[in-house]
Amino acid sequence: MCADLSGIEPVIYKSGINVPYHWWAGDTASAFLTALRDRQTITAIKCGSCGMVFVPPRKTCPQCFTPNTQWLEVGPLGTVTAFTVARKQLAAIKDTVPVVFALVKLDGASTSMLHKLLLQNPSLAKAGMRVKPRFAQDRTGTILDIQGFEPA
Amino acid sequence: MAKRVAVVGTGQTFHKSHRPDVNGQELINEAVQRALEDADLTLKDIDAIVIGNMDHFEGINYVDCWSVDGSGGTMKPIIKLTTGGTTGSTLAIGGYHITASGLFDKVLVIGWEKNSESDTTGAITTAFDPVWDRLVFAGAIAALAAEGMAYMTEFGITDRDAARVSVRDRKHACNNPHAQLRKEITIEDVLASPMLSDPVHLLDVCPRTDGACAVIMASEDVAEKICPNPAWIWGTANRHTYTYVGDFKLGEIDSMKYAAAELWKKCGIREPRKEIDVIELYQPYSFAGIIWIEAMGIIPRGKGSEYIWSGATDMGGELPINPSGGVIACNPIGATGLIRCAEACGQIRGKADQRQVPDVKLAVSTGFGGCYWTDILLYGKKKPS
Ligand SMILES: [Zn+2]
Repeated sequence: MCADLSGIEPVIYKSGINVPYHWWAGDTASAFLTALRDRQTITAIKCGSCGMVFVPPRKTCPQCFTPNTQWLEVGPLGTVTAFTVARKQLAAIKDTVPVVFALVKLDGASTSMLHKLLLQNPSLAKAGMRVKPRFAQDRTGTILDIQGFEPA
Repeated sequence: MAKRVAVVGTGQTFHKSHRPDVNGQELINEAVQRALEDADLTLKDIDAIVIGNMDHFEGINYVDCWSVDGSGGTMKPIIKLTTGGTTGSTLAIGGYHITASGLFDKVLVIGWEKNSESDTTGAITTAFDPVWDRLVFAGAIAALAAEGMAYMTEFGITDRDAARVSVRDRKHACNNPHAQLRKEITIEDVLASPMLSDPVHLLDVCPRTDGACAVIMASEDVAEKICPNPAWIWGTANRHTYTYVGDFKLGEIDSMKYAAAELWKKCGIREPRKEIDVIELYQPYSFAGIIWIEAMGIIPRGKGSEYIWSGATDMGGELPINPSGGVIACNPIGATGLIRCAEACGQIRGKADQRQVPDVKLAVSTGFGGCYWTDILLYGKKKPS
């Protein structure tokens, strides 16, 4: 379908709004992120009722609806449960493509964490492969304090 | 035939200017846990969830999805409602409709906001028409100020008269541990506070707040089993009158006038001022405390200021307004209209502690949206016929 625009100049307005959001991570996420930044350790939180071990950590178990309080260390080794290779450079992708996005289940965790694989050749990515984190030199308290995961 | 619906439990956070210790869903969880405790229910008892906020205040969309740890929505029917400033009151009305449908016996209704996470005026502006309003729009306060100015011009009141409303609400807020601003102020304080947008001073307007509120509604089949003295919802009404900023009638709010008139008619209220025991008014700035109670039919047009000065709307007066301290003391926007509902129901249930108005049989809560929309709800101690 094509609109007939003969005789019409479609006027377009570009957005001039830039809202400076800033998000509070909260105490649970902050404990994880500061341990990552200061000690290069990956921590998890465990549900006292069902025993699920969450990475990223969450304050409440979604199944049991009870507060999680028991912190533990997981990894650093983990297993790739799924991955994809992004090949088109989009505004939202900060790295130069191809980028391998992967879900990594750290040893001791029940849930997988979304991150990236650092591979010379993306075709080497495989579900089930064992990986270890590479920590960033300059760490600022975000999940990018792990640069990515590389083959163990 | 629709089921009758009652509020059987409510919960709120202790609202603050900012809550760096929790993220959005963790904040939500605090209110939900308190509401479940108040109703003596567990999450297993909840059949459906209605949740809402103003996405653009946090810049994180789809709260119905990402907040299930906090809301309890894991593997339950959950839906989001969002209507700007009226979000909280829309949640109350939507929760009422869903419960009245008879399809769900117990519905958990949640409103929340983390206003500290954005620039409020920048975020609000994204709700306005990009072609006609945005390029010349000075934000929510300026739109309210235009209404105040129009009313002042017509009836000759001053900013001193409006300040009396702020003084009332801030005094009432001292009785409410959940309110954000709990310090009394004087008329002189209001008049000496910075002029934000003529004639509106800083202390004439609401703050920005982080907070959440949860309300549990139950159908008539189970309500009295859960709670011996629930707050029954007698009726609701709402009106939208607006497309562009120039559309609304300045100095008399049509959406309130017609919504209230419909509600009184539906519920058989002939003299609202005499029959209603307490009002929780969504009043984002002081002038609205005068103008909007006229539109509501509480008192004749032009007499609002006199009525406020008489003390009739103070605690102990003929018709106390905002025993909670209202919006001027606390405004987590997506929760604000639902807090009015929770507070009105607390009054009916005799659970308002320090801020309790004696012997409340009928209570009203309202909601207001940036586009001069109004929601209004009436609650009763008696089961409606
Ligand atoms: Zn659990």
